[in-house]
Amino acid sequence: MSAVAVEGVWKFYGDFPALRDIHLDAAEGAALALIGRNGAGKTTLLRTIAGFSRPGRGSIKIFGDSPREVAARRRMGFIGHGISVYDELSALENLMLYGRLYGLPNPRQSALEWLERTGLERVRDGLVREFSRGMRQRLAVARAFLHGPSLLLLDEPFTALDDKAIAVLQRLLREAQAEGKTILMSTHQLREALELATHVALLIRGKVVFHGPCTAEMVSDPGFVYAKYGEQ
Amino acid sequence: MQSMASSSVSVAAIPERRRPAAIEFVRQIFVVMVKDLRAEFRTKEAINASLAFALVILLLFSFAFEEETTRDISGGLLWIVFAFAGTLILNRSFAREQPNDCLDALIAAPVPAAALFLGKALANYFLVLAVELVSLPVFGIFHNVNWTRQFWQLMVVVALGTWALTVIGTIFSALTVNIRLREVMLPMLTYPILIPALLAAMMLTTDLVAGKPIGPDTVSWLKMLIGFDIIYTAVSVVLVEVILVG
Amino acid sequence: MRDKIIYGIGIAAAAVIAWNLYAIWGLPDEVNQGSVYKIIFFHVPMWAAGGTGAVTSLVASVLFLITRKFKLDALAVASTEVGLAFLTIGLATGSIWGRQIWGIWWTWDARLTSALICWILYAGYLMLRRAVEEPTQRAIFAAVYSIFAFIDVPIVFFSIKWWRTQHPQPVFWGGGSFPPDWTRHFLWNMAAMIALGVVLTAVRYRQEEAQREIDSLRRMAHAL
Repeated sequence: MSAVAVEGVWKFYGDFPALRDIHLDAAEGAALALIGRNGAGKTTLLRTIAGFSRPGRGSIKIFGDSPREVAARRRMGFIGHGISVYDELSALENLMLYGRLYGLPNPRQSALEWLERTGLERVRDGLVREFSRGMRQRLAVARAFLHGPSLLLLDEPFTALDDKAIAVLQRLLREAQAEGKTILMSTHQLREALELATHVALLIRGKVVFHGPCTAEMVSDPGFVYAKYGEQ
Repeated sequence: MQSMASSSVSVAAIPERRRPAAIEFVRQIFVVMVKDLRAEFRTKEAINASLAFALVILLLFSFAFEEETTRDISGGLLWIVFAFAGTLILNRSFAREQPNDCLDALIAAPVPAAALFLGKALANYFLVLAVELVSLPVFGIFHNVNWTRQFWQLMVVVALGTWALTVIGTIFSALTVNIRLREVMLPMLTYPILIPALLAAMMLTTDLVAGKPIGPDTVSWLKMLIGFDIIYTAVSVVLVEVILVG
Repeated sequence: MRDKIIYGIGIAAAAVIAWNLYAIWGLPDEVNQGSVYKIIFFHVPMWAAGGTGAVTSLVASVLFLITRKFKLDALAVASTEVGLAFLTIGLATGSIWGRQIWGIWWTWDARLTSALICWILYAGYLMLRRAVEEPTQRAIFAAVYSIFAFIDVPIVFFSIKWWRTQHPQPVFWGGGSFPPDWTRHFLWNMAAMIALGVVLTAVRYRQEEAQREIDSLRRMAHAL
């Protein structure tokens, strides 16, 4: 069974199709890099896959379930543009909140474990409001990994991160990959993404113009996919 | 609420944690409610603003009306204060989720939208109720009104009226969170819909503050208030998923 | 073809209204009210047309949420807007009648109050639409609001009725029945107003469809 199966998905803003007849498939354990320029529809596609908005047409299956089903949501971890943690709560409180929302058997223990893995154990009782940018981003990473998702959806994960957070995220993603988890990320930072990617999909104006395995040529020359399948 | 509760059956089906769906649903509501209350009490932004606003309006009323008049229209005055001050809290409800895109993570969590809505509504409910319970004695002192003669009946009416205010306020807070002129749109959209509930609460409150218990001539207002609460809670619970994810 | 049908209905409605205006002009004054009673020939049909618009809007909104077809959203806006225009005239004609008979422009009579609240509820629908930028979201939010507002209408009517029965009753519409030929004019006017409503809704509907197309073309242009 595919981890993510997108079939004939259209997304409309009024009559304007932001996504046009998208077909995507990510096998379990694959790492799919979704590339394309700003405004190509990468974020829209990821958010639709994550179930934040319903597609106008077509179907999306996460391990065989629709994205809004509880079983699918339990297996998804999402990192978007915002960090999705509360400024007024401490790092530990934030993680315990999400642990409880995901119904983890021991929210406190999981939270402490992930604070350690992201190097935040010393500031666990500090309010997020007082955190530096990098710390906030690592907390966001911890939040997304907390419930042990088997599918990671990452929207431009490397864009806003500092060096340390990038290192943490890349290490975690490699571990996740080694454990057979599926990764779907949108990015225009090709170098970081292609190192991890097993597959690549290129999105231009809401359409998938290329979808296939990540080859050695792509890794050595990040512009390759654009040059070959893009318009210019 | 029933249909939403049954949709969380699959939650209970996960082997590591087997709980009856209804209990799981209540637990999720509780988690969301505690989160909102905790975040609010850290900053006290909304509750302080709301409380200060309520006191200022009460003060203005004492300039505007004679003491005699105040007693005749006590229900009207009180519920205007409650509705105005409540709006400040309700406006913050979903706006609180905005700064770091927290709403995304809540929507992504394996929690039915109905539980999310009810959790937030309950948090708002207790905040609005707290402001009201401070406003009532202040009103009594400022306007020299002995308002406690039908205390428990009054509390029932306040509880029911406040739920009407919060259920409509919370669902419209979700509806208006991303639109232009959010702060103005919320009261403009909610007050007209709230008219029957506010009217019922005002009529009952005026009688109860004057010491007249709910009798056969006024019990229909109480029934209407209960009906309003039930109908709009049900409609909100059904429609909240559509509002949040389309 | 569709144009011809729409204009055909429009011309027919206009002809009926013109004929009725002439006929009603010639009717004798009523004993108690004088000539101002004639406003009822327009006042009640206005409310009938406005009410029809409101019901159409609710049905279209619910169907939109089920099917997600934008045509239904366009129908909901069109019928709400036209309905609201009729309700406005309904309120205005009622007010003019009240000024003549009661000597006041407005009174918090049960019917007037309920009518005003309905008017405000539907005005809220249009305000909400203006505040939402993205067309799909706008349509969904508007449909949800429409459901909330419509459920409120019967509750408003009951509550306002109870409210008023606790207070002194203001004057009601003068009782008594219409002579048969008056009833005929009345019913013809009713039909003509509803037909006029249909024509206006059809025109507004097409405008809304065009508006959405323009919006999508604009987005397309930005995407290039």
